[in-house]
Amino acid sequence: MTKKLLEMRSITKEFPGVKALDNVNITVNEGEIHAVVGENGAGKSTLMNVLSGVYPYGSYSGDVFFDGQLCRHQGIKDSERLGIVIIHQELALVPYLSIGENMFLGNEQQRRGRIDWHKTHQKAEEYMRIVGLQENPHTLVKDISVGKQQLIEIAKALAKNVRLLILDEPTSSLNESDSKNVLDLLLRLQEQGVTSIIISHKLNEISYCADRITILRDGSTVETLDNQSAEIPEERIVKGMVGREMTERYPTRSRKVQDEIALEVKDFTVYHELFPDRKVVDNVSLKLHKGEVVGIYGLIGAGRSELALSIFGQAYGTKASGKIYKDGVLLELNSVPDAIRANIAYVTEDRKGSGLILSNSIVHNITLPRMDFVSQGMRIDKDLERKTADHYRESLDIKTPSVGQLVENLSGGNQQKVLLGKWIFSQPDVLLLDEPTRGVDVGAKYEIYQIINELVEEGKSALFISSELTEILGMCDRIYVMNQGRIIGEFLAEEATQEIIMNRIMQDSKGEIGA
Amino acid sequence: MRTEKVMGSGQKKESLAAEVRSLFVSNIRDYAMYIALAVIFLIFTITTKGLFISSRNLINLVNQTGYVAVLAIGMTLILIIKHIDLSIGFVAGFLGAVAAILLSNGWNVWLVIPTVLACGVLVGVYQGFLVTKIQVPAFVTTLAGMFMFRGLLSMVTAGTGTIIVRDRVFLQLSNGYIPDLPWGANFDFHLLTMLVGIGLVAAMIFSQVRHRQSLIRYQFKTNSPTIFAVKQVALSVIIMVITWIMASYRGIPWTAVIVTVVLLIYNFVLTKTRFGRHVYAIGGNAEAAELSGIKVNRVTFLVFSSMGLMAALAGMLYTSRLASATPTAGLGFELDAIASSYIGGVSVGGGVGRVTNTIIGALVIMSLTNGMNLLGVDISFQYVVKGAIFVLAVAFDITTRKRAKA
Repeated sequence: MTKKLLEMRSITKEFPGVKALDNVNITVNEGEIHAVVGENGAGKSTLMNVLSGVYPYGSYSGDVFFDGQLCRHQGIKDSERLGIVIIHQELALVPYLSIGENMFLGNEQQRRGRIDWHKTHQKAEEYMRIVGLQENPHTLVKDISVGKQQLIEIAKALAKNVRLLILDEPTSSLNESDSKNVLDLLLRLQEQGVTSIIISHKLNEISYCADRITILRDGSTVETLDNQSAEIPEERIVKGMVGREMTERYPTRSRKVQDEIALEVKDFTVYHELFPDRKVVDNVSLKLHKGEVVGIYGLIGAGRSELALSIFGQAYGTKASGKIYKDGVLLELNSVPDAIRANIAYVTEDRKGSGLILSNSIVHNITLPRMDFVSQGMRIDKDLERKTADHYRESLDIKTPSVGQLVENLSGGNQQKVLLGKWIFSQPDVLLLDEPTRGVDVGAKYEIYQIINELVEEGKSALFISSELTEILGMCDRIYVMNQGRIIGEFLAEEATQEIIMNRIMQDSKGEIGA
Repeated sequence: MRTEKVMGSGQKKESLAAEVRSLFVSNIRDYAMYIALAVIFLIFTITTKGLFISSRNLINLVNQTGYVAVLAIGMTLILIIKHIDLSIGFVAGFLGAVAAILLSNGWNVWLVIPTVLACGVLVGVYQGFLVTKIQVPAFVTTLAGMFMFRGLLSMVTAGTGTIIVRDRVFLQLSNGYIPDLPWGANFDFHLLTMLVGIGLVAAMIFSQVRHRQSLIRYQFKTNSPTIFAVKQVALSVIIMVITWIMASYRGIPWTAVIVTVVLLIYNFVLTKTRFGRHVYAIGGNAEAAELSGIKVNRVTFLVFSSMGLMAALAGMLYTSRLASATPTAGLGFELDAIASSYIGGVSVGGGVGRVTNTIIGALVIMSLTNGMNLLGVDISFQYVVKGAIFVLAVAFDITTRKRAKA
């Protein structure tokens, strides 16, 4: 007989004018891995905030029972006392503190008001062993990879005697091997009796590790599926999330890759911004044909974003060398404005950090890269500007009452569309797309793929950088594989498979160690 | 799901009371500023037995506010791009003294004014260079500047002490009024001032109506016609009352003309030009702005240069007002300017703010100074009050913004 660890009954949470949660029910059994899925804005984060006490008891209606007890959390501290620990999507580690210090941040190992450093580091090593991390606890967090940082977050939760671990998109910034590492850790912890709730957009990961799956849509529970006895096909989950069948995950385009080369990069080498002897991009040469989507796949740290950024007017790195030809003409790109004028666009992987001005309106964001298109002399033509933004709102289907809306009020998927709209407005021939579907839900992903297809069908070309191999395989005509700053393989879409590409990377990394 | 009510013909309309309430809730940040100003006016009018509200004192208030308003306009841009300038008080004081020295050495006033303005730009260029090219944080650069210019001010006034200014044109800047029309003598009020006031009302109504039409054309949410009309009438009455106060005294002070011109230019640049858009973009997200092709360093440099220019102008207004340059001129001006901007709604997080509201902020701060002076409040206690109002305004701003987001 399985025991219920958590039961949330008819939870309703309203914000002014918005019903974020509407009568949500969810039950989590002791010792299971329970997945919560849903599109952006379906209410997943709100539900977790109710559970962890971010929204205090009384600000929502409905009851939360943990271990049979009614919870009346007033804040996060209350829920942590019961052993409910949430790990947020954006890692909450302090870069300039050591692993040990981070692990016990807010939970310091002290004796008579003084921190016991021996105990801190000893216990840190103990928890690091559990999560399978081999590092010195004195190492600063900024010096280790994102994958390892995620493991530290989990170790930190374990150090708080966690009974229910909640992970919000734990793998969104990890590559495939690091992601698998995290999921395997969850399965190991499960054997030791830790219950977890995982929120993720990556359905393959959910089928891999979850015992049961609860689907939310528009603030309500749709259903809870049992993944234990028989594995549920991803299409079935998607259907629940979007409320309709999604037969095609990737839209097809009438293949029109032209022979003409749009962009050619030759012998490109870029050094690290802070450590000028470290090569980040190492002698890279690549080509983009008109009407082509070219993928760049590589593990995190392979130098993909750095390559794209340095092509984009040397926005990254120092001592860049190599040549860039566009339509056969050698370009001299020394600044971002140079690149924009040469009709190259870079769509960043980090829309909030370096893509959008969240406190500005949709209109102001879209016209930012080419304000000369909507100005007469010094003066901005506001009517024309608004008309232009309205055009992109309609053609990209950005869901908002008006283009005067501030971007910070939009959902992730709609923000991503604004980001795309901004760069489509700059009239590029070549788009450098860095993780264009990061953190957006299945439905919006499909729409973004369609937008990309329309662009290349017009004869533009796209460089498609992604950490999701399935997406690369689904969208690209040709794929370059990058590792440690170098291009180590080039495959046509027809000949590439996940195995071939991953093997290529493994071989290359091994060669590196052997040499 | 956000439900926006678009006011269409024959659609169900919100009741007037509901609309007023929703207007109030969504603009509480702006209204709070006006309410604060009204409360300050009311309190001082009662405690000074009407002396505060007299024409003479109100004109005095305008002249007093001039230099702070000019500084606050420059400061608004600095704060929007998330920098700060602590040096402006003594930069203004020093440049005001430079103007006085040049005048007492017999320079022509029409040469002195542009020279001092150019010196102000130079100061801004120097600080802007340190902030952008060398990447010294603005806080450090301008704190050092505060010391340096304080020292320079002491040095240039050391020999003579207070430097008296006698140039009639220069004194007009903060003490004079616009001349009247030739046939104005037939009226017992200042005719040109009345005409300007009436013109202003007409221009305001015209531009508001045009703005409203364009909002309707793009189907944006607009206020109901009643509210719109009430707002226009109220604003017109306020403008006409101010006009009447000035016209029945001696007309529009030159300070008001100077501040208005500066305000119109800065407002145009911020709201209607690419440069202004770049300023807001940098304040909102400098990294995204850089990747959108905006030269962040260049804009920052220009904003600091404009601050220097405004400091020079403020310094001259202050010297003109006192008819002399003193060794302590400029003390605490930066606080008044920063407080005016924040009270006027510049966000502490950067990226948000309007120079038109900053002017109201400056009026709030200077009404406090003026009123407390009338009451004979001790200057030490005035600092305490101003400091408290400043921090309260920012605290209020942060809480209302937080609530708006939740």
